Amino acid sequence: MSVALTERLDDATRDASSLRRFLDGLPGVDQVGLEQRAATLATRSIKQDAKRWAIDTAISMVDLTTLEGADTRGAVRSLCAKAVRPDPQRPDTPHVAAVCVYPDLAATAVEALAGTGVAVASVATAFPSGRSNRAVKLADTALAVDSGATEVDMVIDRGAFLEGRYGDVFDEIVAVKAACAAAQDTVHLKVILETGELATYDNVRKASWLALLAGGDVIKTSTGKVSPAATLPVAHVMLQAVRDFHEATGELRGVKVAGGIRTTKDAIRYLVAVNEVAGEWWLTPSLFRFGASSLLNDLLLQRRAKQDGHYSGANYVPE
Amino acid sequence: MAKSERVGVAKTYKLYIGGKFPRSESGRSYQVTSEGGAFLANAAQASRKDLRDAVVAARSAFGAWSGATAYNRGQVLYRVAEVMEGRRDQFIAEVRDADGVRPRSAESLVDTAIDRWVWYAGWTDKLAAVLGGTNPVAGPYFSFTVPEPTGVVGVLAPQRSSLLGLVSVLAPVVATGCTAVVVSSAARPLPAITLAEVLATSDVPGGVVNLLTGHAAELGPWLASHADVNALDLTGADAEHRTELARSAADTVKRVLRIPEQEPDWTASPGLGRLRAYLEDKTVWHPMGV
Repeated sequence: MSVALTERLDDATRDASSLRRFLDGLPGVDQVGLEQRAATLATRSIKQDAKRWAIDTAISMVDLTTLEGADTRGAVRSLCAKAVRPDPQRPDTPHVAAVCVYPDLAATAVEALAGTGVAVASVATAFPSGRSNRAVKLADTALAVDSGATEVDMVIDRGAFLEGRYGDVFDEIVAVKAACAAAQDTVHLKVILETGELATYDNVRKASWLALLAGGDVIKTSTGKVSPAATLPVAHVMLQAVRDFHEATGELRGVKVAGGIRTTKDAIRYLVAVNEVAGEWWLTPSLFRFGASSLLNDLLLQRRAKQDGHYSGANYVPE
Repeated sequence: MAKSERVGVAKTYKLYIGGKFPRSESGRSYQVTSEGGAFLANAAQASRKDLRDAVVAARSAFGAWSGATAYNRGQVLYRVAEVMEGRRDQFIAEVRDADGVRPRSAESLVDTAIDRWVWYAGWTDKLAAVLGGTNPVAGPYFSFTVPEPTGVVGVLAPQRSSLLGLVSVLAPVVATGCTAVVVSSAARPLPAITLAEVLATSDVPGGVVNLLTGHAAELGPWLASHADVNALDLTGADAEHRTELARSAADTVKRVLRIPEQEPDWTASPGLGRLRAYLEDKTVWHPMGV
């Protein structure tokens, strides 16, 4: 596949019609096979030592998220404190990967997290719906990066994608990427596909390739505002896309799953999928992330249960 | 066509967690025999993960159940008695097989169990008056004490009395507003699951009572050490294990119920001891005057 694919990739980004040809030419997803494989991998038994490792790895992959209308600067600061020291009574707990906030609160998070090693991610481009014009979306992005966010979570224009205007979606990602790069060189762009609105696995595959071709550093399942959010089969399709993209171009791109992942058991299932579909290369916070808020506490509870030898309760870890 | 003998439909006994009837996460089951040794059914054998799930369910149900009015809790408990009355014959047959007693005696045990629900249902809105009250204090204050439910209660149910014993240890827990994780008698679990079916259909919110069938010796240590369980009843534990379990419960400051060495006579009038054990006193001082 790879040689032919490489040639086709060069061709794909030439103009809108060749992009459409490339995306429409992607092989269809075998829905039944995909769902069965995802379900089978989810039943894999994980032994004690591996589970301990998985819990710590998952904690270090969490993008601790608060995206509420009622977010205050105080709430963001306390979330940042939690991100740096998730379990204050167990200092050996790793810190999370990033804190994810709305762009107007990014500056607060940047200030609170300076020098801690925890990144600040900001959503942008009229999150969560993406329903605005290009100028507003770019201004939104500029607000995020000017505030000091080093990761930007943008949403694609699902309306345009479903209408088949792939070129517009592509151009928008390129423009947002350029807006990020104009402010700082090192901004990481995560492209939210909102798979719950894309209707089919074929569309998820198309959108994944589209985002990768346009220069997204990470492809992300969902905003967390639409149900269904992240599911295992969707994560499989996206992991296949980054794996194939790597084979074709040698570039490593990441995947972020967000929304609806609340338990350690769920998180470990995703890690198994990462290992089996993409490969163990991807088991690192720079290439795989969990967007979550309540997941972290469950990971901490399970981590304590493993260390203490007995189960713990929600009252024992900070909110 | 020849008339064929009908094949009976055997019941699948499962666990009762969070208002649902799941199989054990471990997939294990064990054979249940009557007191006389005849095969009765296969029951699910709960694992420590089932126990953990049950505690999570009990914890999440605690807020609403302890916050419900005492009057409402009384109605719900009375409803349990009503639904049990409707399935009286089934309970009598199961208690007869499980406890190995004569039909007449099984009948009396079931009737006493139903009456016990009614008795505890009556207590829910009287506890605050009887166990709490205003305190005479030397100062310009109103001081009053209100009993409040402790939280999630872990119960190792009696091993011998399959229904009346179970009801006698469970009803006081839910009457106070606590939620319960119960490990039923290991050898006589079938009336417990039928009781779970009654609870599921009688307005008791899911998670308020969680019933596990399995071995107290296997599940007891996990229940005693679980940090999210607030009180413990060790009636169903072996006498020689009780001290060890109580010590492990002390690590997370659980209230451990004082119980007699041997299973008591459950037909005797229960008194307020068990209700008092699952309540904590909250005393409020309020300045008097303008």
